[in-house]
Amino acid sequence: MWRFAGKRALAALLVLFAISVLVFLIFFATPGVDPAARIAGRNASQETLAQVRQSFGLDQPIWTQYGVMMRHLFIDRDLTSFVNRGAEVIPQVQQAIPVTLSLVIGAAVIWVILALVMGVLATAYRGTAVDPIIVVLGVIGVSLPVYWLGEVVNLVTQSRLHDTIFAWVPSLGYVSLSEGFGPWALHLLFPWLTLAVLYAGIYARVLRSEMVGAMNEDYIRMARAKGIGEWRVLLRHALRTSLIVVVSLFGLDFGALIGGAALLTEVVFGLQGIGKLTYDSLQNFDLPVILACVLYAAFFVVLANFIVDLLYAWLDPRVRHV
Amino acid sequence: MSESTAAQPLLDVRDLRVSFRTRSGTVDAVDGISFTVGRGEVLGIVGESGSGKSVSMLSVLGLIDNPNCVVEGEVIFQGEDLLKLDDKELRRIRGKEIAMVFQDPMTALTPVYTAGWHISEQIRAHEKVSKKAAHARAVQLLDAVGIPNATDRVNSYPHEFSGGMRQRVVIAMALSCNPSLLIADEPTTALDVTIQAQILELLRDLQSEFGSSIVLITHDMGVVSQMSDRVLVMYGGRLAEAGPRRALMRDPLHPYTWGLMGSIPPTDGTRVERLAAIPGAPINPSDPDRDRCLFSSRCGFASDACRPQPGLVEHVHGHLDACVLPYDQRPALRLEALTTVTTESGASA
Repeated sequence: MWRFAGKRALAALLVLFAISVLVFLIFFATPGVDPAARIAGRNASQETLAQVRQSFGLDQPIWTQYGVMMRHLFIDRDLTSFVNRGAEVIPQVQQAIPVTLSLVIGAAVIWVILALVMGVLATAYRGTAVDPIIVVLGVIGVSLPVYWLGEVVNLVTQSRLHDTIFAWVPSLGYVSLSEGFGPWALHLLFPWLTLAVLYAGIYARVLRSEMVGAMNEDYIRMARAKGIGEWRVLLRHALRTSLIVVVSLFGLDFGALIGGAALLTEVVFGLQGIGKLTYDSLQNFDLPVILACVLYAAFFVVLANFIVDLLYAWLDPRVRHV
Repeated sequence: MSESTAAQPLLDVRDLRVSFRTRSGTVDAVDGISFTVGRGEVLGIVGESGSGKSVSMLSVLGLIDNPNCVVEGEVIFQGEDLLKLDDKELRRIRGKEIAMVFQDPMTALTPVYTAGWHISEQIRAHEKVSKKAAHARAVQLLDAVGIPNATDRVNSYPHEFSGGMRQRVVIAMALSCNPSLLIADEPTTALDVTIQAQILELLRDLQSEFGSSIVLITHDMGVVSQMSDRVLVMYGGRLAEAGPRRALMRDPLHPYTWGLMGSIPPTDGTRVERLAAIPGAPINPSDPDRDRCLFSSRCGFASDACRPQPGLVEHVHGHLDACVLPYDQRPALRLEALTTVTTESGASA
């Protein structure tokens, strides 16, 4: 167990190192882009450009720049933005993290519960009208783009019906959990639902097809022949073996969302999360922020995969000894 | 097994009919079979794939999970018609009174649970015992079915057992509630030959120890001859022949049984170039032409008399078959059948 964790931690460090180098190389190798020109603004003179290069260290060899930036990021922890001079990067990321975590974890809880209920019900009632209804609901969920659904939700809850039935919906934006669970959850409720609808649809479909497949397995017939109830057959045998696939899917999606893939939801609902921060930094060509965001995202993807591997071993004894 | 047990059989199947509605009409997988299983008796059911032997036993326990399946007839078990019970009442019987062992031990256990978990689940489904007590019984059962070091192995997962050991786990699970009837559906087919013999021996030992009746479904006449008291031969969802094992093995009556017996390699020293095979292919159950002896299309002695389906006739005590050939000529005809098959295969070899 500890050896496994140790190996994974080492691998994670390698991944993070490789990603930081890649980001750096891509940034400087992007054709037609001169970071100094971006910083200096439009119509800057050659002198200004040279000055900018010097003060930002852009005239140094690329490896020196990499080393300096890593030192500021990890050792001095005072890396500053290119574009917004004086703005430190780490506090920005630290501010964005709880927003994204709140959004994604809450949505994940909703979509996992929804998907479990939908998948199990569709399997239990396959052959009846319930199954196709759930499948169609899932497809609708998958087909609603987040940016569209979010805008519609906002239109309804913030504008059209805000004076009547949705008067309880607070204005857009994030409220920290330290201000109480109620306000925090209320502000995030619609972002959660919007993000969850998409994933609930996908997960319900995957779970249903896995479970229906499992229901044709010999061990299900065996379980029935043992005289145990149909719900127990469904939950303890079919669902339990089908969870393995769902968990691996969840690890990938959850990691990506924490890492910034919830961008659209963040933008629609005015949440200053990691996705928004990464997007803005890319727009501004702000290397220090990009680097910090990408490393943060990679860290969470690696972490999520590590947790999935542990869950895997717990769910499936066959992978335990590998 | 004497006939006195048949007076009050444990299981009495009467005119069992299992049909599936398909797009091209109704298909009769089991076409009106009747048989009994006495207390403590081992009944062998033999037949080719698709002869309806598994389906008939699955339908007894209501285990056919197909909405287009219709089961008719009566299945009297300890005075109750199982076909009239709802699912909840059937669950009381399943696993407790009638237990099943399936063909492939590789897939019969849910891969994520230990052997002990599987056995405990079955015990706790029928008896109010603590987890600890169920676990202790699981260890005893695993020990009883010959799993070495049962105290440790009870915590092993299915993939950590070999095929034969896994089938032992399944058998231990099946026996965990002392069922009065054990249905073993090709319990040795998926195992290699040496393991097959061990599992059959185990079943025989357990049968004498626990006194359960066993219905042994197989396509292997050799298995039947080792285990059963009485034998049913099925073809196309109908009974072709039924009788005490000794009589049926010594004097098989039905031409289909002759074919099955001919497929056993002889052990008396004569070496055959090629084992006899029954010509043709098993009857397609969706064939609409059913008002005839279904074997007649593959039978060397078929005539117009094979239409309509001849009824089951008892020739000697307890030995029945459904064939129109004159009873007293059967031994001669059987010899003829054997020689024809041999010359045919000799010519083609």
